[in-house]
Amino acid sequence: MSRRARLVFFAVAAPALAVALGVGLAGLPSFGSQLSAYARMLNELAPRQRHVTDVVSAISFDYRGIDTLFEEFILLAAVAGISVLLRPLSDETRELPADKAPDRAIPAPSPAVWLLAVLLSSLLALTGIETVTHGQLTPGGGFQGGVILASAIYVVYLGTNYRTVERFQPAPLLEAADGTGAAGYVVIGLLGLLAGASFLSNVVGLGGPGNLLSGGTIWLLNLVVGVEVAGSFAILAAEFLDQTAVIRTRRP
Amino acid sequence: MNEAVIAVALAWVTVSGTAVVLTSDPLRQAFVAGFFGLGLAFLYLSLQAGDVALSQIVVGAIALPLIVLLSLAKVRKDRE
Repeated sequence: MSRRARLVFFAVAAPALAVALGVGLAGLPSFGSQLSAYARMLNELAPRQRHVTDVVSAISFDYRGIDTLFEEFILLAAVAGISVLLRPLSDETRELPADKAPDRAIPAPSPAVWLLAVLLSSLLALTGIETVTHGQLTPGGGFQGGVILASAIYVVYLGTNYRTVERFQPAPLLEAADGTGAAGYVVIGLLGLLAGASFLSNVVGLGGPGNLLSGGTIWLLNLVVGVEVAGSFAILAAEFLDQTAVIRTRRP
Repeated sequence: MNEAVIAVALAWVTVSGTAVVLTSDPLRQAFVAGFFGLGLAFLYLSLQAGDVALSQIVVGAIALPLIVLLSLAKVRKDRE
């Protein structure tokens, strides 16, 4: 496209975008305005109906649970796509740099970095589990906790080297976590059908409000989503790390 | 008080967002984008959206810099 054609295209598209945005923004509730009727209703109903203290979790995993199901599968599809795209191509090989110079060892990290990684990775694993399991009580949940769990593996890499972190992320385990997590969401949804209600109905015992085991399927769904997201983000990091560390162009 | 916190958050997002666009070196941009993400998380928190703030922190501080930095390392390795 020539420069002139692009300018003409921009001159038409920019005002159209400005008008569409302006109309949309004008329709927004004003800053600091009162809560919408829907928000007020859910704030009132969710703690009593679902025994949760974090209403956002009740919306994303119960009232709007089907939306989150699709989001899970978007993440699954995205990670599967990245795994396919970042595989070693026919003109690439997968070898450690050490294979070329066996006499040179990988330098060990400084003790301070190593200690920081040990402390931080265990702390991240704990925070991740806490965030996943308390999704129905406090802000957070399966997605946020899952990413924090996966980041514990990243920290292991920062404090050690590729060889060590490879042992922490066996590909079959990560892929199984990704798949069973996503499938688990569907299975929990089917529990509703088995109980004679509709798909994704909250048919498990609700427990006492404010307890760790409360919210029925909301708690269970947070758990499977946490497993899936942790697997997904660990695969994501492993694929990118492989590209950087061990996949190189085959020399003719 | 509440308005003051929101104003600080909005100013932080405006300044750091502009800084991301004006940074030309992708490596530095990844770090500046991290500060921008932190500002966004602070803004969400000041608006009492704790769940969104947490999501913003994990995506902006963990996932995005990781992918950008590893991609840059790969591109640099291929150039050598």
